[in-house]
Amino acid sequence: MKTILHVDLNNFYASVECMYDPSIRGLPVAVCGDIELRHGIVLAKNYIAKAAGVKTGYTIADAKRACPGLVCVSPHMDRYLKFSAMAKGIYSEYTDRVESFGIDECWLDLGEHADGVAAADEIRARIRRELGITASAGVSYNKIFAKMGSDYKKPDATTEITRDNYRELLWDLPVSDMMFVGRSTERKLRLYGMDTIGDLARADPSLLRRLLGKNGIMLHCFANGIDDSAVSLTYEPPPLKSIGNSTTAPRDIESDDDVKVIYMALCESVAARLRKHSLKCLCVSIDVRDTDLRVITRQIRLPSPVCTADELFSAATALHRANVRRGVKIRSLGVRASSLCPLLGMQMTFYDDETKLRREALSDAADVINSRFGNRCVFHGITMVSPDLSSFSPADDRTVAPDSFEVYR
Amino acid sequence: MIKKLYVSVSAEFDTDGKMRPSLIHLEDGRDVKIKKVKNAVRAASLKAGGQGVRFLCNIGKQDIYLFYEEPRWFIESYED
Repeated sequence: MKTILHVDLNNFYASVECMYDPSIRGLPVAVCGDIELRHGIVLAKNYIAKAAGVKTGYTIADAKRACPGLVCVSPHMDRYLKFSAMAKGIYSEYTDRVESFGIDECWLDLGEHADGVAAADEIRARIRRELGITASAGVSYNKIFAKMGSDYKKPDATTEITRDNYRELLWDLPVSDMMFVGRSTERKLRLYGMDTIGDLARADPSLLRRLLGKNGIMLHCFANGIDDSAVSLTYEPPPLKSIGNSTTAPRDIESDDDVKVIYMALCESVAARLRKHSLKCLCVSIDVRDTDLRVITRQIRLPSPVCTADELFSAATALHRANVRRGVKIRSLGVRASSLCPLLGMQMTFYDDETKLRREALSDAADVINSRFGNRCVFHGITMVSPDLSSFSPADDRTVAPDSFEVYR
Repeated sequence: MIKKLYVSVSAEFDTDGKMRPSLIHLEDGRDVKIKKVKNAVRAASLKAGGQGVRFLCNIGKQDIYLFYEEPRWFIESYED
């Protein structure tokens, strides 16, 4: 039987900041974005701030209202990346199968007949000693239970979930504690009397299928510990399922022109990344967040795969026109390309007109110039209409959001 | 109260490129000779707030921790 570990660095950003500054240890601490750039929200918090009611995503004002003595510190991405790499360095001394799940979580496959608990305790002790932060670990025979084990007891603890004790440990937990059960899935499940993970595990799979589609079957399997997905090799990144970029504008966006400027800058980046990975996409989606923080997400399936900024831009702006009321004040926009297909071996069509092929060749040429002389050396003229909106560089901004668990299915 | 005190350090490199600190230059002009490096491990300094390679150095009557937090060096200094 395989032994799989899931290690989670507790309150990662806040812990690193508290490690570097002993004077804030013991106080409620939140790592917050830059107010000037309108990124003034809570990115992470320590347990003391959490206990006082501070939540990730709160504005700084809301967070201070919830916890008046809150210490807000700026993020240091370089430190987090360094600590994440050092933690992975420790994991890789135990196995060559280390799969990241975001910047602060990893699965480790220790193989057959390993003493998972001893290894987990040793890894936690090393992280505490060498990095000065704490980690919690889950030990189990599959990835899902290992992850649920690391969530079971925090901070600085190891939980083993075996074939014998999973019912006892997990089945009484609320169904929302199950991975992939978000607000809307939870609502549906509770409507049918499934309040705990045990209820979900004992439910009729055909009911779950009717209720949630194939995800229902997946959740039923997970709740019963049926999950044979492998931990990917350290040097083998999980396959890409989608490529996206988003940005919060430095000011509220009202005019159509400004919306277009941002879409073009985002599409340029997404398209360049698609081409870098030799991919095309069949599906384009947009995320629009207004100043009341309401989010609209819409997607469209294209007749044939695309990989240029112009084509993404047409799809994104058409979606926007069809779904977002004019005059709505917009705070942030995002563009995502999914249903990815590799360029090599792609089905050709009779209908590719020459303009499309020439546009792709033009984009390839622009990529070469940009890679030699710096990003945004060659760009679409429209982005010069409002340089303050397009001056961000999505390609240079480091994205560390957890990888979509879509790769898992 | 312990604070993080950045210091200037002279170090020797052997033929394998292994680094060994030999002298700590303090702010007041004094130099402290490191007689022996007892061990070097990666470690965090929770007292001073830092992380790097921690050298346990004998400087005569006592042992001290000297941290190489790339690219700077620091010691855990007692504040008055």
